[in-house]
Amino acid sequence: MRERLALSRPGEAASGKTGSWRTFRPVVDKEACNACGLCAQYCPDGVIDEELNVDLEFCKGCGICANECPKKAIAMVREER
Amino acid sequence: MTDISRRSVTNLSAIPKEEYIYKCTSACAGCSSSLCLRYVLKAAGPDSVLVVPACCTSVIQGIYPATAMNVPVYNVAFAAAAACASGMSEAFAATGRDTNVIVYAGDGGTVDIGIQSLSGAFERGANFLYICYDNEAYGNTGMQRSGSTPLGARTTTTPGGKPTAKKDLDRIVQAHNPPYMATACSAYPLDLYKKVRKALSIKGPKFIHILAPCPPGWRYPTEKTVEMGKLAVKTGMWVLYEREFGKLTINGPSKAAMRKPEPLEDYIRGQGRFKNLSPETLDLMRQQVEQNIQRLAREEEGIC
Repeated sequence: MRERLALSRPGEAASGKTGSWRTFRPVVDKEACNACGLCAQYCPDGVIDEELNVDLEFCKGCGICANECPKKAIAMVREER
Repeated sequence: MTDISRRSVTNLSAIPKEEYIYKCTSACAGCSSSLCLRYVLKAAGPDSVLVVPACCTSVIQGIYPATAMNVPVYNVAFAAAAACASGMSEAFAATGRDTNVIVYAGDGGTVDIGIQSLSGAFERGANFLYICYDNEAYGNTGMQRSGSTPLGARTTTTPGGKPTAKKDLDRIVQAHNPPYMATACSAYPLDLYKKVRKALSIKGPKFIHILAPCPPGWRYPTEKTVEMGKLAVKTGMWVLYEREFGKLTINGPSKAAMRKPEPLEDYIRGQGRFKNLSPETLDLMRQQVEQNIQRLAREEEGIC
């Protein structure tokens, strides 16, 4: 394939590291978590993996996970930078 | 203490783990289009082609020379999405390939600008899936009204609230008698996943209409995206159903909403676009919701 084609190739960070957009960071309380997986199911960007760890490099801090958590195990904490 | 590593994640186990959108799209925080597209592509698998007309999705792919989408994407003019997809599906059929052709278009590109190519492609019986994700305005250009904007909603071009009701796209599509059509909502991603799987198993033109709440456009905080979607279904503003070869099935969450709907005010109150809605408009909205529900209920019972 000629490199001159106006063709984009897939890869992470196509729009930069979106973690810098965040004003509130999700903090998971592993004691309260019952691993239901709803946070990962509803994450629009798919940054929560199977072990339910949040990828903070890309998490935009929308807070859907904290809002939908049935155990209220996720707190949104203000970023300090 | 809960040992997370030992427990199975039951909700996630039902669907494939592969992600076909990489992390870091330029979608807004809390975007439900991005949530829907994750599940659409999970359902479709790697042997799929997306046709994307001008809409938010053509922006959230990322910046050249990189893209966040891990399937081939064809960006096409606003009015031409369905025409492009029907040609593409013919070409795949001619080469004997069984690739899924999926149009992923916004409501502006479906209800207003793309409706003639949609109608043409459905009349020709082209083999593809048309998905319209509906945030009820032109979100990409800053929330101008579209044909899909509901009654009373404020947009940048209807600052006093839209005076007319939402165009009933589903009944226009229904008039083409497609083998499969369905409505879905971003707040029920597993339901959406099942519908896309079912649609792709059927040959011919298929249509799925997704309600996609939009935090900046509907003016609610980003964390309420899923809550808004659920409220839309629970209040009866949005009815989840599927119609296979003309046979209507209303899905569980909407069945429950029909028996005991939540007050419409719950849905209206959370959204800035319905601020200062007059009581008369609210009454009119309630009547429209009621009529729509009754019409669908009658059709399911086979009365009309």
